[in-house]
Parts: sequence; structure tokens; C-alpha cells
Amino acid sequence: MWRTLFGDPVRAFGVVSLLLLISLAIAPAKNHFSEWRHYQNQYLSLIRGRGDAVTLQRRFQSGIQQTWLPDLGVVDRCTTCHVGLNEASLADVSVQPFRRHPVIPHKLDEFGCVMCHRGQGAATTVEEAHRSTLAWEQPILPAGYVEASCGQCHGSPLTGTPQLNLGRTLLARYGCVRCHTIKLPEGGAMQATDDPPSLSHIADKTTREWIYAWLKDPQAYAVSATMPNFKLSDPDARDISAFLIANSTPLAEDTATLPAPASKAPPDPTAAASLYGESFCASCHAVQNAAGNVVGGDIGPELTRVGSKVKAEWLQAWLRNPRAYDPETAMPHYRFSDQQVSLLSGYLEGKADSDLLANVHLDVATPEQIAHGKSLVTEYGCAACHEINGVKKPENFAPELTRIGSKPITQLVFLTAMPHMLPDYISAKIRQPRAFGAALKMPQFSFSPQQVDALTTALLALTDRSQNLPRGLTVPTSRPSDYQPAGKAGKLMADLACFSCHTINGHGGDMAPDLTWEGSSVQRSWLQAFLKNPNTLRPALIRRMPKFNLSDSEINELTDYIMTVYQTPAFDRDSMPASGYPAAQVEQGKQLFYAKYACQSCHIVDTKTDKGYIGPTLTQVGSRLNAAWIYNWLKNPQALRPGAIEPNFNMNDEDARALTAFLMSQRNAGKQEAKK
Amino acid sequence: MTRSSLILFAIGLSVVIGSAGCAQKSVPPSTLKPTAFGAALVESSGGKQIGATGAVLSQPVVVQVNDEQGNAVPGALVELSGPAGVSFDPPTGLTDASGQFTSNVELGGMAGRYQITASTLTKAQKKVELKVEEIALGYQAQVGHQLDEQYCVRCHNPESTPERVSNYDNLETKPHAFTDGDTLNKMTDADLTAIINHGGASLNKSALMPPYGYTLSKTETQALVAYIRLISDPPYQGPGMMYVQK
Repeated sequence: MWRTLFGDPVRAFGVVSLLLLISLAIAPAKNHFSEWRHYQNQYLSLIRGRGDAVTLQRRFQSGIQQTWLPDLGVVDRCTTCHVGLNEASLADVSVQPFRRHPVIPHKLDEFGCVMCHRGQGAATTVEEAHRSTLAWEQPILPAGYVEASCGQCHGSPLTGTPQLNLGRTLLARYGCVRCHTIKLPEGGAMQATDDPPSLSHIADKTTREWIYAWLKDPQAYAVSATMPNFKLSDPDARDISAFLIANSTPLAEDTATLPAPASKAPPDPTAAASLYGESFCASCHAVQNAAGNVVGGDIGPELTRVGSKVKAEWLQAWLRNPRAYDPETAMPHYRFSDQQVSLLSGYLEGKADSDLLANVHLDVATPEQIAHGKSLVTEYGCAACHEINGVKKPENFAPELTRIGSKPITQLVFLTAMPHMLPDYISAKIRQPRAFGAALKMPQFSFSPQQVDALTTALLALTDRSQNLPRGLTVPTSRPSDYQPAGKAGKLMADLACFSCHTINGHGGDMAPDLTWEGSSVQRSWLQAFLKNPNTLRPALIRRMPKFNLSDSEINELTDYIMTVYQTPAFDRDSMPASGYPAAQVEQGKQLFYAKYACQSCHIVDTKTDKGYIGPTLTQVGSRLNAAWIYNWLKNPQALRPGAIEPNFNMNDEDARALTAFLMSQRNAGKQEAKK
Repeated sequence: MTRSSLILFAIGLSVVIGSAGCAQKSVPPSTLKPTAFGAALVESSGGKQIGATGAVLSQPVVVQVNDEQGNAVPGALVELSGPAGVSFDPPTGLTDASGQFTSNVELGGMAGRYQITASTLTKAQKKVELKVEEIALGYQAQVGHQLDEQYCVRCHNPESTPERVSNYDNLETKPHAFTDGDTLNKMTDADLTAIINHGGASLNKSALMPPYGYTLSKTETQALVAYIRLISDPPYQGPGMMYVQK
């Protein structure tokens, strides 16, 4: 064989030339048979039969295509194969890689592809672009987590990214960021929004048995509890409970007992339940009903089994003034009478579950157990969330997660039979942290699959890119305002925990209306009466303003402050009169209300005919609101309260004035006269 | 000569196919053995859900196997399948004591309607199928969904929750639910946009529907229309709508 090929020099020369020729042909052949060329040919035959073939053909560019964005470090050749991304007429094509890109708020050629989808932009083969290979390990981000990419630049919630928004809320709400630091690109770190109680005086509040049962399984006490399960052994739970009780210092207020009720007769159970209802406890506290559903708000802890937890004296002290035990609590200081306190505490003590502590029998703690308990408290980082006497809050207790979304796969330890992908790793870690090693300290949370996906999305947004982007291209996290009203009124508002429900100047909760411009909006006399006895404006709402039993001087203090300080600069409150509108204008306003603008679909003016209850009831609006506020609200509701449901009607001045005249005629006195 | 040409051919071949990906491993067939057989499959819950692309649906899909008399059959083998990208946890299993099989469904990466097929075998080894439909929202429809929740749902959805009481019953002229395909599919995008922007009165419909054209931006209105089209039942057959294919 060898001799036949190379024996003769001439023949050998011929063979070598042939070999050289063939090897030279490899490169062009590889180019010719390349995957992307195959797809481009497929695309051409796809569009050939279509009605708009000529247009599509003209817009098609053969060869390798590239989006190069030096600012973002993007070199994307994805459009080499994904040819029809921008072709609106390809809406009916469902085969990849020729699908049209769905509508998104950004232009594809301004941001490229890998910004959102990850993968290798510079690659020109399917395998290298989409999956992780030895040389390039960034795979495509699975579609379920694509909102993570929005979060690389956008720090604040977006309308189109509910999963990312939820994930970020959960990171704060479940206190993840108390152990894991997450630095924000614009400086500072993500802050927790949960409210873990201080354990410094816990012996006043509850028993060692309850602490033990709670530590063993927090969700057995309250299904909605955010405290995770640390999977403690019986002796460990025994020792931690021993330490917490031994370490607790008493507060004077908690041991004071109420004067015994005047009558010995047992309190009326319906009276207690109705006081619980009238005080709108359920706006913040949930209770699990017989069907197993948790009904009520989530600002305060769930109260299903609270009677098995708290001591009666502590509960009474708490109801008298919660701020004495916890100055930072979100709970308002209701001015309950002693009788109301004993009524309510008796009612709550009745919410007990005899099974909860039935099997908990603890012997008196030994000093060794207490010492061991303290070392466990330090080891598990309890003080990262809870204030505990003599235990310092640990710094950087758990790994920092600022760049977790870019963590190289080579640095991860995967479980067996688990896809070697970062999203799978993160979600498995959240779902079952201890599966990665029994000695790991991260506790077991009870998240639903949707919550795990949302958390994973929020963590995948924390990439190298999110930290390195040019500042001009990012939309920073909106900082929660730390606005605090000043002076005596400010102290009063803190005591009443107004900010747990209301927002003022960007600070506060979203359960109740924003009060930033309340002084421009309402009349002084109405506000005074409302604070004295809040009657609801929106009958359909189950969460309402509770009655705090304020004194007259407190009401005056609050009213003065709100009327003076919370004024909009957009218009003068007194620029329109409260009354004296001509009858013809009032009548015209009435016509406009019922016919042209059909306001009765959402508002009630006449309780006999109108039924709408999306907006507040307007039967006495002339005694409640300022005329100038009504007028400016009608002109543009969203300018006064962003996100208001009432649409902007682009109303002309005359209509707005007539409607204002009609609405200002709806007042208490007017109704009484009509009755006579 | 033959050997060297073979070598060269092999080199050439390996260059050409070198870049192609390796074939995916096939999933081993299920080893579950049914202990009973039913005659029919019915949907218990979990159909017509609205989820996000690539996300797990909030409620699992529950199907029930019944026998000829309509009694639940425990221990029957149920298998779920769907278009590319849809995954099930678990994809197959035996019905429980009440004859039901429950599975969590993760939708694929493409927005649109997903038809999921549940199947079981009868005693005669005949396949019985049940189609369940789910909807995946892409970015645009997701924005529309959020706007619906903020502005529209209180009148257009008759269902009340303790947190959000519906205003539907209070309205003299009843609004159409956004899923009401029989009515809404007959209207063009331009008509829907006109009603959203200029109110019901603009098309001689109820004036109780107020105009939102000065409140919503153009992209927001488009998103709302896209959402209404996507969730309509029966499905809207206009341009741009299709089933995600296998």
C-alpha cells in the first residue's frame, strides 16, 4: 500500500498534492455546511411561499449577523439563526429559530439578546450558544426565570414582572437578608421588612413549654408563621428554651395586674367578639378558620392559637400599651378601657389549642443546659433576627448573595440526579437546604412552589452585570422614605402607628389611603368627627379605620397638624367656596353625574337609586371634602393620588365646576332639610 | 487506496458533524403498574388557569378516573403530556383513594394557550383522553393582566373575595367578563381600544364604562387588548393567536 502510493516520486507528489488540496477544502466546507447557513436556507424556503415573501426576502441578510453594544459588553450573533425576530408578519410561525419575538418594552437592537436570555452571544452553533460547554459555561436562562434579567437594571417593582417583585418582597419579608447580605449596585444593602420580636423579655410573654414547641415546629403553632424550622433535636430545643427563659429580664409593666372587674358575672362572649371586630384586629391579624384557610391581614402575627402562647398578665399589658413592651411595634396604641382590655384578653386567651403543648414536659433547666442553649443560639445565628440580651448580632452570618446570579457552575456542589444548572441549584437550596448537608445551618422554610420560583428569580437577578452596568443605564431601587412627622403630633402618630396602614410622603403601608395631601382634601370639622368615631366611607371594604378612643385634645393636636402640614402645593385649598353655588349649576352637575359621566357606576349619592361601591360613598361629600380638592380631583385624579382607579376624564372646566357644585350640595344639613 | 480514502472520509465526516450536539437520552418508561382500570377521565380542577411563561401554575391539575357507572376508580394509571416545554411533576401516577391524580404543571417558554392531554387505559387497553387547557402570559399579556387587576376586574368579574367585593351586581348594564369570547371575539382590536379609551358611550354601549384613554398609555391599552384576546373563551382566532405546537 505504502509502496503503491509513495514508491514513485511523481506519484508521491501527486498524492501529497491531493491531500493538501483536500485539507485546504476543509475550512470552506465547514463554512458551507455550518449550522447557521442551514438555518438561513431553511428560513428562505419558509418565507418563499408567503404573501409577503418579497418584503421578507429584501429584509433578509445572509451571513453572520451581529449586534455589538460596547456599553453593555454585548456581542450577540443570535440573529444569524433567529432571522425573523423583528418580522411582525411572522406571527403565525411557531417553529424555532424563526419565531417573531414577543412584544417587550425594549428594542432588540438596543439591548441585544444575552442581556435577558443569557447564553453565549458570540457563539454560532446551537450547542455553544444555548448550553454550557467546557469553554463557555453560561447557559440560556430558562423562560420561567426570565424576569430576573429585568431585575439586573430595574431595582424597583415593574408592572410586567410580578414574579421578580414577589421574590424581592419575600427576600425582605422572610428576613433572608438578615443573614445573607445583598448589596445594591447604587450603594447600601437590601433591608428586611419583617419584624422579628425581641427575646430580651420573653419570659414575661410566654412559657418555656411554648418556646420549646415553637422551636420544634413554628408552623404547628401558626401555619402562616414566617419563622423557619431549624429542625432542632429535642435536647437542643430544650436547651435553647432554657437559655431564653433564664436570659430574659422582666419589665415592670408586664406584671401589673388589672383591677378585678366590678361584676363577677362572666363577660358576654358576643361582646368580646364584637370588640375584636370593631377594633378591626383582623385587618392586621389572621385567624385560621375551620376550613383551614388563614383569614385576615399579615402585618401582625396569626392569632389562631394565641391563647396557648401568651400569659394573661402580659397580654393585658400589651393591649393597654404595646409600645411599653416593644417601642417599635406596628401595633397601634388603642386607648382601651380596663374593661375592654379584660374583655379582649379573655377573648384571645380562649383561642387556645390544648394539643399544642400536651406532650411538652420539661424538667427544671440545669446550668449546663442553659450554657449549651446559649452556644446553640450563637451557632444558629438567632441574634441575626432577634434581639437577645448578651448575644451580639452576628455580621455576615451567611454567604453574601450580591452576585449569586453569576456564580460559576464549577464552584457549586450539586446533589446527585439534579440538573447542573444555577437556577436548579438555587431553587433546590431554598426548598431543602439541609439536603446539601445535615450540618448546614440554613433552616427549612415553608415556601410554596410559586414562592420558591419567585425567590430564585430575584436571586438570579443579582449578577456581575447588575453590579457593573453603567450607572446611566440602571433604574435604581426606590429608597423607602424615612419620613417622620415632627413634634407632639408626630409622637402621637407614632403611638397610633398610623404608618402601619397609611403612607405619608412616601413612608408607610398601603392598606389605607395615602394621607400626604389630606389637609388639602378634607374639611377640618369632618376630620375631627372622623377621628372621634371613624365611620366607613367604603362599605365594601373589610379593612377599616379602627376607633382609637382618642381624647379631644389628642384629636385637636392631630387635626391641627394634618390640616396645616399635609397640603398640596398644586392648588389653594380655599380657592373655591364650600357653598352658594347657583341652583342651575347644581342641577347641571347632577345631570352630568348621572348621564354624561355615569359616576353612579362606582359612587353612591342617593342611597335609594345608586348602588356602585368601588369609590367612596358621596352622600355627605359636601361636608367632608374641600370644593377645590373635588374640582382638581375631577380634572386629574392621578395627579393627586398616583394609581387612583377613577379614570382621568379629561373633563372641561365647566363640567368640573358644575360637578363640584353638585357634590358640594351633598351634605348632612341638606339631607335633614330634605327629610323635613 | 481504499483504506486511506476511508480515513479521509472519516476526517471529513467528523469535521462536519463535530459541532452537532449529542442526542438526548430518552426517559426510561414508567414502571408503575395500574391496579385498576377506568372508563372515563374527568377534570376535577386546575384547568383554564392563567400563569406566566415557564412558571409553575398556582393550582395543580387534578383529574379523576371514573368507571362506566361514573364511580371513582382508585389505582388507575394516568399519564400527562403536553406541547414542548411543558413539564409535569409527576408526569404519571396512579389515582388515589378518591380516584384522583394530582400533578403540578409548569408551562413552556412561549406565551399562548397550552393544551394538556391526560390519558388512561381502559380494561381493553383502549386509551381514554382528556384535554385540559392552560394559558401562559408573556410580557405584554402580563402587563395587561396587572392593569386588569388594578382598574377593570372589580366591574368585569362578578366573583367577589373578602378583600375585593365585585361591583358587577350593582351595575344596570352588565359588563362582559374578559373571558367572554362569544361577544368579545366579534369585536375588532380597534373597537376594544375605542371602548377602553373613550368609554362605552363611544360605541353606543353602556355609559357606565368610563373612558381610560387619559389614564392609560398607548402601550398599556395595547397590553390590555392583548390580554383580553389571550384569555378569551372560546379562543380568539385573529392574527397572532395560535396553539403552541408540538
